Amino acid sequence: MSNNKKYWKNLAELNSANNDVFDELQNKEFVQEIPVDEFLSDKDNLANSSTSRRDFLKYIGFSTAAATLAACEGPVVKSIPYVVQPKEIIPGIANYYATTIGNGYDFANILIKSREGRPIKVEKNKLAPDSKSANGRVHASILDLYDNARIAQPTKDNMPISWFGFEYETKSELEKISASNKEIVLLTQTFASPSTKSLIEEFKSNYKNVKHITYDSFSESAALNAYELRYGVRGLSNYDFSKSKVIISIGADFLGDWQGGGFDCSYAKGRIPDNGTMSRHIQFESNMTLSGANADVRVPLKINEQKLVLIEIYKSIVGNKIQLKSDISLNKKTKKIVDELIKEIKSAGEGSVIISGIKEDDYQSLVLEINEKLNSYSFNPSNTILTRSSDDEKISGLISRMNNGDVGALIMSGVNPIYSLPDSKKFSEGLSKVEMSICFSMKNDETALASKFVAAANHYLESWGDFELVSGEFSLAQPVIRTLFDTRQLQELLLIWSGNKTSIHDYIKNYWKANILGSDSWNKALHDGIYHNTSSSGPANKRISNSKYYSKTFTINDSNSLNSFELNIYPKTGMGDGKHANNPWLQEFPDPLTRATWDNYLTISEFDAKETGLYLEPSTFFNQSSHDANGGLNGKYAIIKLGDKEIKAPVLIQPGQARGTLGLAIGYGRYQGVKPEMMVGVNAFSLYNDFNPVQSVEIIPTNEIHEFALIQLQNTLMGRGDIIKETTLQEFNTKKVEVWNSQAVVSLNHIETPVSSPDVDLWQEFDRSIGHHFNLSIDLNACTGCGACVIACHAENNVPVVGKTEIRKSRDMHWLRIDRYYSSEDSFYDDDMKKDNISGLGSSLSSFGELENPSENPQVAFQPIMCQHCNHAPCETVCPVAATSHGRQGQNHMAYNRCVGTRYCANNCPYKVRRFNWFLYNGNDEFDYHMNNDLGRMVINPDVTVRSRGVMEKCSFCIQNTQAVILKAKNEGRPVAAGEFNDTCACASACSSGAMRFGDINEEGSKIAELKNNKRAYHLLDAVGTKPNVVYQVKVRNTKNNV
Amino acid sequence: MDSKLFSNNFTSKLFKKLTKLNSLKSYTFYLIFITSFVSISYGQEADPVAGKALFNTNCASCHKLDRKMTGPALRYVEKRLAEDEGLDREWLYSWIRNSSAMIKSGDAYAVKIYEEYNKSAMTAYPQLTNADIDNILAYTAKDKAVPKPTSVATNVAVGPANGIGLTDEIILGVFTILFLLLSIGLVVVTKTLRTLAELKGVKLSEKKKTKPIWKAYLENQFLMLCTAILFLLVSAYGFYGWTMQVGVNQGYMPVQPIHYSHKIHSGDNKIDCNYCHSSARVSKHSGIPSLNICMNCHKSIYEYNGETTEEYTKEFYDAEIQKLYKAVGWDDEAQEYTGVTYPVKWVRIHNLPDFAYFNHSQHVNVAGIECQTCHGPVEEMEIMYQHSPLTMGWCINCHRETNVKIKDNEYYDRIHAELSKKYGVEELTAAQMGGLECGKCHY
Repeated sequence: MSNNKKYWKNLAELNSANNDVFDELQNKEFVQEIPVDEFLSDKDNLANSSTSRRDFLKYIGFSTAAATLAACEGPVVKSIPYVVQPKEIIPGIANYYATTIGNGYDFANILIKSREGRPIKVEKNKLAPDSKSANGRVHASILDLYDNARIAQPTKDNMPISWFGFEYETKSELEKISASNKEIVLLTQTFASPSTKSLIEEFKSNYKNVKHITYDSFSESAALNAYELRYGVRGLSNYDFSKSKVIISIGADFLGDWQGGGFDCSYAKGRIPDNGTMSRHIQFESNMTLSGANADVRVPLKINEQKLVLIEIYKSIVGNKIQLKSDISLNKKTKKIVDELIKEIKSAGEGSVIISGIKEDDYQSLVLEINEKLNSYSFNPSNTILTRSSDDEKISGLISRMNNGDVGALIMSGVNPIYSLPDSKKFSEGLSKVEMSICFSMKNDETALASKFVAAANHYLESWGDFELVSGEFSLAQPVIRTLFDTRQLQELLLIWSGNKTSIHDYIKNYWKANILGSDSWNKALHDGIYHNTSSSGPANKRISNSKYYSKTFTINDSNSLNSFELNIYPKTGMGDGKHANNPWLQEFPDPLTRATWDNYLTISEFDAKETGLYLEPSTFFNQSSHDANGGLNGKYAIIKLGDKEIKAPVLIQPGQARGTLGLAIGYGRYQGVKPEMMVGVNAFSLYNDFNPVQSVEIIPTNEIHEFALIQLQNTLMGRGDIIKETTLQEFNTKKVEVWNSQAVVSLNHIETPVSSPDVDLWQEFDRSIGHHFNLSIDLNACTGCGACVIACHAENNVPVVGKTEIRKSRDMHWLRIDRYYSSEDSFYDDDMKKDNISGLGSSLSSFGELENPSENPQVAFQPIMCQHCNHAPCETVCPVAATSHGRQGQNHMAYNRCVGTRYCANNCPYKVRRFNWFLYNGNDEFDYHMNNDLGRMVINPDVTVRSRGVMEKCSFCIQNTQAVILKAKNEGRPVAAGEFNDTCACASACSSGAMRFGDINEEGSKIAELKNNKRAYHLLDAVGTKPNVVYQVKVRNTKNNV
Repeated sequence: MDSKLFSNNFTSKLFKKLTKLNSLKSYTFYLIFITSFVSISYGQEADPVAGKALFNTNCASCHKLDRKMTGPALRYVEKRLAEDEGLDREWLYSWIRNSSAMIKSGDAYAVKIYEEYNKSAMTAYPQLTNADIDNILAYTAKDKAVPKPTSVATNVAVGPANGIGLTDEIILGVFTILFLLLSIGLVVVTKTLRTLAELKGVKLSEKKKTKPIWKAYLENQFLMLCTAILFLLVSAYGFYGWTMQVGVNQGYMPVQPIHYSHKIHSGDNKIDCNYCHSSARVSKHSGIPSLNICMNCHKSIYEYNGETTEEYTKEFYDAEIQKLYKAVGWDDEAQEYTGVTYPVKWVRIHNLPDFAYFNHSQHVNVAGIECQTCHGPVEEMEIMYQHSPLTMGWCINCHRETNVKIKDNEYYDRIHAELSKKYGVEELTAAQMGGLECGKCHY
């Protein structure tokens, strides 16, 4: 039986008797001819090809062998010593230089740590006042020095030019313009520099019609006007919040960047309740800010309501003498709070202080008057802050004069008006009418690109300078490295244009000797970085005007129509005004409140989001949801409409945002002079009309989805009050420790035993009383969440930047994070109560679900978390290769070279502080930040290993520094001095508010030993029994009746 | 590497032999000197020998006889002054005793000299008597000695060097030839014996054809298994051994851009290691000395006058000094810096990996460990090489065996007392002090 069955694959085959096309197709593998023959037959091509197949294999073979051999033989390393070694440099020993940063937005007295001549870190200048210590941006500013997007040489019409040519051409041009009687305008940042002021005067005397206009991108003009009117000096009043019992802030984020910032230190001092008292802080605001998050009472209000509150307070404190026309009134609840508050102010009297962020001259004047009337201890108007000086009207005037063609030359330094002006188009048009524009810039930013001459500017660490940040308090800036590129600072050119042959160093020195130092030493002033003339204290500012506002009528109209929202433009903690847009450390710095990185966004209350259709359900099967499967947060895009301007920004729901208001951060949306990775966010400056941060806008929702990169996705504590223990001042003062700081207990033979007892311990206890034993204390009351520690840690420990997509996958590498929690009920106490009262399956399911959502106006708590250095560390026991182990000094060691990357340790860590290197971040062009180029790598700390792919890393308690202190003592043959360890941890050293303290608990009488045994001290998750070496101090809130 | 080490030992032996020879050589020089000054007919009783001693103690740091240094060349100085400037010996007396006073007084030639030599005034020597100065001048007035016997000395030096080199090779060669002859002889003898036996008709017992042993071996599975296991074990051991030396560069002796001899500096001239590697006492790096440190001495040491070998001749060393001058930008003729420098790119010998932290000051200053403990007999190294393996095991071993030096170091007072009590020992090792903890070196 032969089988003649024929199988056919399709109908065509069946009918294929005479189907040529089909046959052809069947016989061919490829439908279209592959042009192999064409290539192979091309003899010329083959003959000319330099690589034959045989060669190719040879090369492969050779390179494989070479790679194998190269891996076995160490590379030849060249060492090049100095020809003449400078006396002060010893390789391996760091030098410290005092200097001052003053970039127009941040001003701080700092020390620069320099290794082998290259600055690597910003440190605290202990001689300087705390209020002038570095914030996160200043800590990160060192990376801007090594930015490979910097301009390397001056240009004219985008063509490189020599400095000689630059000087010659600009000078002759200036002389021509001066002769033609057109204006020469210097548009600069606020320098707060006495010598630069005199230099500009000298420049003015050499040319006709010179005007100097200072421009702060985020204007404090209103407060400056009010202060100037009252005290005759263009400046801002200083405040010392440590002296106040009651602090009222109306729309002022004074723990953020309000009026230049730097108030957090004095605030934190008054918040530590160890002697039973602490200040009470009431915050009225629209956006959720750091100040609001730290307040005891926070009232979310729109701007007009804030004005009403201020007027209410004014009336009851100063007198009922002003007229008020208002078509709105405070709601009952707010009214009640304000009435209570007024009582509190009256009883506290001089111990209360009020500040406001309302950017209108009249309201700022009211604030000054109230504080004067109160005779507030905190209010210090004779101590003028000089770090802001911009005058909005002058800038508007300049733009119109530029457009009229009145301005012949415009010299800009430290400013980027095309980016930061709301009507930048008008400015650009005006700029094109200016005969000669010179822009001093470090980057090819928006303004530099539009200018005729671009003067490649120095970084502040390459420049000389002097400052008077607060009246009578002088400081100096010195270069800590020779200019990396062919760059100069404005002052050098001013000297040249003025025909002055002295160098800038000599100029400042001469100026100081003649005007500031008197008989004191210049070298000492330069060494200290600061100089305070004790003999002549700053000019006491006398009030020059009387209360002329008594008769003024204040009108408050609710201008907002039904559909419109009140947009509050604010500076973000990480980015400030956008000067550091190309700084990957700051881009990756998580916002203290939203915990978002690499973005700015429109913050909106949940209520409004639902109303406008911008709300995404947490998890839905069919629709877009707020979270991806990997947890990444999504947000809808909304179009913000202001007049004829429209911007599309992603929406992030912000608990605590006042209803009817929106928030949008400045500093983002930079597209010129920054790397592609850093071109994130939208430019909020374009909505900053009339320099008013509050704008009435419309929003149009869209269905587009934006992907955020958040570091923290769990927003609430879910009633787990033992993670952040907190209590009220009343309870703290009246009740026993066990009530508000109870230790976890476990059952031992049916007896409740504290977990710290050795009887219930799984492990043998070691004797840790010999030698050093390091502990870190974190005071949750003093921590404002500012994040300076995060950046300092980043800089000290060579922590890589991973980029937005990696952060979204929760692969952030920060060794130190500051967790932020919102309460789900009105307070964390209520959360705890709710959780404790959950009963039954049904109730627990629904209630736990509810506890995941933050309240509309939640309490906020910050908690810095780094490796807890557990004495009984769970990570150490699970490592299969013993790569992580414990030192006698209390540190949990991590030997990177031993780690094989099983990640068991990270899984077993209850604090989730271990970070895994998913990639090789160093020298990898996929991560185009700073570690992939030689210039950016200059910031790397040579004492800390740069980790490779596949290894775990985590906080080491800066063991490189503790070891260095010990070695220093050994070298000098002495015991470690008291308090010498305090500043070894980068985070504790960067903490200006004193929330973090590091030290040796075996050192007798040390602060840390006292803190460890403080009644407020507790260990995080003590029930786990890990016995950490990090102690937290219970947060005490000065709330009344749980309000 | 071994062969290099061997050759190094070998050269050092050679040097010792040469030392004796050289002393002989200098003796001949000495003789020539004596004869030459005897022949000088300077009509006075000044003593050039005493003058030379005085010259070397007082003048040599700034003056040479035949070349300009900090001060002018001094051969025939008196004659020159007398002929060119018309200055007599009295002028020289007062100049030597107090030159700055003469400059102040405005003496024309004194001022001229002062200006010419970078305004560095000559140290005053009021302690020198007229006779002393006469002696010095007598020494300076001598004619330059012609170094005739050098060629003889080299010839002498070459002889034994070759002799030593040949003997070993000859002995080896002779042995090899002997061995070869012996084996050939054996074969010949066997063959002759066999032929003899055949001739005599002696029947040589035929070997039974059994299974060859290798075949039997191959067929025995147990033996094969054992062999396989043995083979695997041996190769595993070999592989392990090979991997353990990966990245270990013991004996690494790279060619340096300047042939710097630690033997000459540290061994012959007994310069303290810390003089050049000064940061070893205070810093983590021992530091490669910057070139200005070399110039502290080499400003006046422009030639090599020590022992030489065939490989390392005086010319060779002098050329190396010239390399230094070029690198640092020193114009030896004009005795001034040109400002054109070529920093030296030394090849780094001791390379610790990035993840290991090592601090020199901890070991040199705190622990008081001799440099040689880790770096080996540097004072004997003509070419520097890595003496120790620099592996972790090597570090740890030393930490286990070395006691902490607590003497005169108050840092250790408390911790040592407490810890030694805890461990019940008199003295703590570095390991007991915590020197084995990972995080002490890895962070």
